[in-house]
Amino acid sequence: MALVSMTVNGKPVSGEVEGRTLLVQFIRENLSLTGTHVGCDTSQCGACVIHMDGKAVKACTMLALQAEGSAITTIEGLAKGDDLHPVQKAFKENHGLQCGFCTPGMIMTAVDMIDRIPNLDEETVRAELEGNICRCTGYQNIVKSILDAAETTPA
Amino acid sequence: MSTTGIGQAVRRKEDKRFITGAGRYTDDLNRPGQTYAYFLRSPHAHAKINGIDLTEAVAAPGVVSIFTGSDVAADGLGGLICGWTVHSKDGSEMKAGAHPILAEDTVRYVGDHVAMVVAETYAQAKSAAELIVVDYNVLDAAADVGTAQDGSAPQVHAEAPSNTCFDWELGNKPETLAALKNAAHIVKLDLTNNRLIPNAMEPRAAIADYDSGTDEYTLWTTSQNPHVARLVLSAFVGVAPEHKLRVIAPDVGGGFGSKIFIYAEETACTWASAKIKRPIKWTAERSESFLSDAHGRDHVSHAELAVAEDGTFLGLHVQTKANLGAYLSTFASSVPTYLYGTLLSGQYALPAVYVEVDGVFTHTAPVDAYRGAGRPEATYLIERIVETAARELAFDPAELRRKNFIRTFPHQTPVIMNYDIGDYDACLDKALALVDYDGFPARKAEAESRGKKRGIGFSTYIEACGLAPSAAVGSLGAGVGLWESAEVQVAPTGKIEVFTGAHSHGQGHETTFAQLVCERIGVPIDDVEIIHGDTGRVQFGMGTYGSRSGSVGMSALAHALDKIEAKAKKIAAHLMEADAGDIELKDGVFTVAGTDKELAWAELALGAYTAHGFPTSEIEPGLKENAFYDPLNFTFPSGCHICEVEIDPDTGVTQIANFVAVDDFGVIVNPMIVEGQVQGGIAQGIGQALFEAAHYDETGQLITGSFMDYCMPRADDLPDFDLGFTQTDCPSNPMGMKGCGEAGAIASPPAVINAITDALGVRDIKMPATPARVWAALAAPSPSSD
Repeated sequence: MALVSMTVNGKPVSGEVEGRTLLVQFIRENLSLTGTHVGCDTSQCGACVIHMDGKAVKACTMLALQAEGSAITTIEGLAKGDDLHPVQKAFKENHGLQCGFCTPGMIMTAVDMIDRIPNLDEETVRAELEGNICRCTGYQNIVKSILDAAETTPA
Repeated sequence: MSTTGIGQAVRRKEDKRFITGAGRYTDDLNRPGQTYAYFLRSPHAHAKINGIDLTEAVAAPGVVSIFTGSDVAADGLGGLICGWTVHSKDGSEMKAGAHPILAEDTVRYVGDHVAMVVAETYAQAKSAAELIVVDYNVLDAAADVGTAQDGSAPQVHAEAPSNTCFDWELGNKPETLAALKNAAHIVKLDLTNNRLIPNAMEPRAAIADYDSGTDEYTLWTTSQNPHVARLVLSAFVGVAPEHKLRVIAPDVGGGFGSKIFIYAEETACTWASAKIKRPIKWTAERSESFLSDAHGRDHVSHAELAVAEDGTFLGLHVQTKANLGAYLSTFASSVPTYLYGTLLSGQYALPAVYVEVDGVFTHTAPVDAYRGAGRPEATYLIERIVETAARELAFDPAELRRKNFIRTFPHQTPVIMNYDIGDYDACLDKALALVDYDGFPARKAEAESRGKKRGIGFSTYIEACGLAPSAAVGSLGAGVGLWESAEVQVAPTGKIEVFTGAHSHGQGHETTFAQLVCERIGVPIDDVEIIHGDTGRVQFGMGTYGSRSGSVGMSALAHALDKIEAKAKKIAAHLMEADAGDIELKDGVFTVAGTDKELAWAELALGAYTAHGFPTSEIEPGLKENAFYDPLNFTFPSGCHICEVEIDPDTGVTQIANFVAVDDFGVIVNPMIVEGQVQGGIAQGIGQALFEAAHYDETGQLITGSFMDYCMPRADDLPDFDLGFTQTDCPSNPMGMKGCGEAGAIASPPAVINAITDALGVRDIKMPATPARVWAALAAPSPSSD
């Protein structure tokens, strides 16, 4: 076991982990932040996407110890109090979710996408979602949500 | 009109928790002192177990206990059951071997359960499982449905000779064979309906907690129907008495049928939690989902359609081999029979239909209902052969369909179903307009100028939903009734709790069911709470599948609301000193006709509980009612989907250039949610047509066992879909609803394949029509391509 420390959603946290403990396990099990989901074991589905030092990463694809000293944002840290992030609002307004399981990863991917890419269009959004699988929506309303949020988010 | 009532695109009440990470799925829950289970699975499709050596494994760090099939057998637990009995042509019951929770002396598919390791941590359980030594005598496997009935094929169950569970028939055989003998044209088609893996994004999971003080078990699990799970676990498996077992299905991340069934894992966890007197948690890894979730489809069929010179359909004969996998899953036998053969008349006035289905065991994962369940297979068959008939007889595909549409209702088909209502011309007309059918030749020519091959394909589908009248399904072999229940509890403050036996795992019931309450009572939607998925809170229920929650579940709610309104009006009459017949309820206010007297909903509710103002000898205090609703008929959603594809002949890549869907779902409660259901269904249907296939090799190894190998549709594989609606209200339930959950997955695969075969000028192409298959078909056009 080793001690790992990082900042998660603005709060310093630390915990004892095994070398093999994945970052997503640390977030879900040690920190009880269960909004970050595990939908596969091959880094394909994107349900576990979080932000590490400002970049979207799949928390199932790195060890907790690799995140030592980093600043992590999870879906729970996106809203400011009761004030939802524009991407969260857009997903609700545009029916961008059904069962909700892929949603945290979709939203974290979308926030990152909007931050990185100015003037998003549908084709770009669809290409950028390549690492996130949704089984419910057929993606149409997810794409709509992201384009809607991109329009309302200041560059 | 209420802005949150029927027909309004109300934004979903449940979304807040899902978009903030506050959803509570089974794996998000933990119990004090919990242990973790890992299931050791068979790496072989077929093997005898000579022995299992646990010596090293039980001594591994953190191991609490290890259970095998002999432990289960020693406790006298029953096996898993199939709840629908199908009969063969000779009247005999279907034949099946036992379905043990943990394998006893034989494993029958890769992923079959050999041992359950329970340890302090999941990693310890998994590590200890590696130390279990299983002495397998590996045997040949029957992995292919097409050859499993051959005499030389390895046997899955001794009880089912030639691996045949049943040979079932339906329809009017003599008339059908006579029609085929005498027809001017016979259109023949051999079709494969590819095997799919449901892949709900949330893997299956369970936490079982036994309370030794009360002898009560609680099981949190990923279920579409927790009451059915409780019934099966108690009455048939014998894990616990029904009144001592509470099953909770909290937030569930998609089901698509795969979470209807009662599986070995949650059963074993529940049983073993009492053995070790600690909670046990199990969550599937995705690889386990691929191996052990019930798969879908997997038919091989031959069909012959008799057509008169003028294009009139005279008869349809269908012979199908349906893969059941290694064991009968919970509803496996009903899917390729009563949910399939009964829909083979399609939208057409076919005088004769005869279908023969062999249910076939193979050494593969069990096959059961997956979104549409039997109806996609029926629709694929009839819409492919009708399109083929149009091409062979040089009819316009839309017009040949139109020529044969049913136009008078009710319509009795030769295959049980009695269609209550529909307007198939209306759907077709609207779809033709939306897709701009007249402009297709120009679009095709334009595509040609860019070197692309453009094709168009139709699918005018019918399905049977709202499962279903209890007596009807009982007469067909169902072991359960398919009613639904609802309970409405009005609190003294006027807030309303609805307890429904339907279960929402993405469908948005917490919003749509509340919309019905708003429509009827006129209270704000935030004053309504929809409670589901807990046998400890909801009186009873049959769950959510078969697009039944609206037409059956909401109909039960409508009946309960009728009772609430009737009682509330009686109380209001006393409180307002008026005649009950003069009381009106609108927008949350009771009024007395012809007066200015008013009583707010919350005042009435409080009055019902204080019980000061009415004679309690005549009217009981309180305001709480329930209803059990049994539907009068199946419902029959129908519609027309049209797909246009463009194919790149250099690469074989198919692009969906245009997809139009016009559906008649009867009354629509929330158009936003309904459109979402259609979009998701179409995506799964396109997935089947272009991308997805569960492939076993000849030894029974699953080749497509991860998202790396099994091609799930991604955002950049799909376009936006162009949706439209027509409406004929369903006369068979008080809501007028037909159901919308499965239509997209049912209708779309033949539309896509009809478009591809049109573009390529070939007779058939197997699903999924991958670039390799398309390219091969282009390289060597033949009547039937692989």
